[in-house]
Amino acid sequence: MTALPSRRDEAWRYSDLAAVAALWPPPPARQIVVRAGEQREELLRVHAGGIHDLRVDLGAGAALTLVLLVESPGYARVFVEADLADAASLDLGAVLLAGGDATSEIVTDIRHQGPGASSRQRVRLVVDERATGSCLGRIAVARGAQKTDAALSARALVLKRTATANLKPELEIFADDVQCAHGCTVGELDKSALFYLQSRGIGRVEAEALLTRAFVADGFTRLKAGPARDALEAATAQWLEARL
Amino acid sequence: MKPVPMLEIINLHACVGDKPILKGLSLSVGAGEVHAIMGPNGAGKSTLSYVLAGREGYAVTAGSATFEGADLLAMEPHERAAAGLFLGFQYPVEIPGVSNLLFLRTALNAQKRLRGEAEISGADFMKLVRVESAVLGLDMEMLKRGVNVGFSGGEKKRNEAFQLGMLQPKFALLDETDSGLDIDALRIVSEGINRFRRPDRGVLLITHYQRLLDHVRPDFVHILAGGRIVESGGPELAMRVETEGYEGIAA
Ligand SMILES: Nc1ncnc2c1ncn2[C@@H]1O[C@H](COP(=O)(O)OP(=O)(O)OP(=O)(O)O)[C@@H](O)[C@H]1O
Ligand SMILES: [Mg+2]
Repeated sequence: MTALPSRRDEAWRYSDLAAVAALWPPPPARQIVVRAGEQREELLRVHAGGIHDLRVDLGAGAALTLVLLVESPGYARVFVEADLADAASLDLGAVLLAGGDATSEIVTDIRHQGPGASSRQRVRLVVDERATGSCLGRIAVARGAQKTDAALSARALVLKRTATANLKPELEIFADDVQCAHGCTVGELDKSALFYLQSRGIGRVEAEALLTRAFVADGFTRLKAGPARDALEAATAQWLEARL
Repeated sequence: MKPVPMLEIINLHACVGDKPILKGLSLSVGAGEVHAIMGPNGAGKSTLSYVLAGREGYAVTAGSATFEGADLLAMEPHERAAAGLFLGFQYPVEIPGVSNLLFLRTALNAQKRLRGEAEISGADFMKLVRVESAVLGLDMEMLKRGVNVGFSGGEKKRNEAFQLGMLQPKFALLDETDSGLDIDALRIVSEGINRFRRPDRGVLLITHYQRLLDHVRPDFVHILAGGRIVESGGPELAMRVETEGYEGIAA
């Protein structure tokens, strides 16, 4: 049994520790194993809080598309820990929507163990009211994992200035011939775009919803069109409508 | 008795930030009329258009503006649109991730809801899109892209004219919709404005060029300088601007 985390634990620095204590110990990690050469698509939707650990193992040449949507009141945490063997590929799209007093966070630890693997992480956080949203994304490249191609893009949209967004990328690289890119931005909705929409008859909140949906769309792009994607988009639209 | 003008602006004063830009501007545009505003760069023409459309950060400090008798300045921007006011932007905005089609359908239906009308069906909407876009030479592939994303300067202006055709407002306030258009596009957009002209509609064109006014004959021409209308006249005033410049006229 692992000990209750504290503020000193890097991966928990932005957590709601009182909520964590109430949830401790967390349920065992969900195992996602994709065997060598296989392909898979996995979804996780969190709408009732809690601590969700995902343990991902990708064999040589395996490919996983992982899509997450967190839209939950209270405290919600998703931890994705992944080991990528030679030439494996991971595509992670994550959307976190936090309003009210919610604290939502995603923590990733993507470990390139063999050469030639690729990982893509697109995290989109939307925070409103007094909510806190955080993304701690770590990419680790093992010695010998040459030709690694890793990218992390984390973007936060702050709908109200009373909300908080924390983005923290971390790279740990022990190979020399690798490509690792990370980009993190925190921003607000574009005022001119909002006015343009309003000037055409769209009310303020509906205009904000339209722009916010466009902002999070990157998180879902890799998901094939179909009922699963529709459901995530509908849940997002519903969350935005609830702001009305 | 003179009927109530569609748009009536009286002694309007407005600031951008702390800076006074409009300094006592008065203007009325009646139904069925086309007015043109010309004036030097920085005179306050776009400021006037933003104030009328309700942009944040443009504070009215004195004066009034009414639209069909209603207090325009008391309305939210989207309410002004639903009331029938359309602003063609001097610099149309790019909105990645929101397609032109989604944008327009959302706008059209939002306006209809505000007016208490039934929403347009998907099929009727697409029919309207096909008719209006064909006239302006915007193809379907472009309309599926993000709003104005990757559009050239002239294409953005054609898109403004397309939106005017789609939304069918009562009043078109067009801020340099002619700038950046090639000769053919200028003719096409002008035809669009002429088709828009009706006895129950008003048009206010902000332009720097006589060329547009050759195609769309205005009833009145005004010169805006230093935040006020300093001279008004008929189409001949635009000719004078062309030959004498603003210095000659203000003198
Ligand atoms: N955000 C701002 N802060 C301060 N001054 C501003 C701001 N926006 C506009 N202005 C000033 O307001 C004045 C009027 O600008 P406006 O855009 O209305 O001019 P215009 O008549 O449309 O000019 P043009 O013919 O070049 O389009 C200009 O001097 C401009 O610099
Ligand atoms: Mg201007």
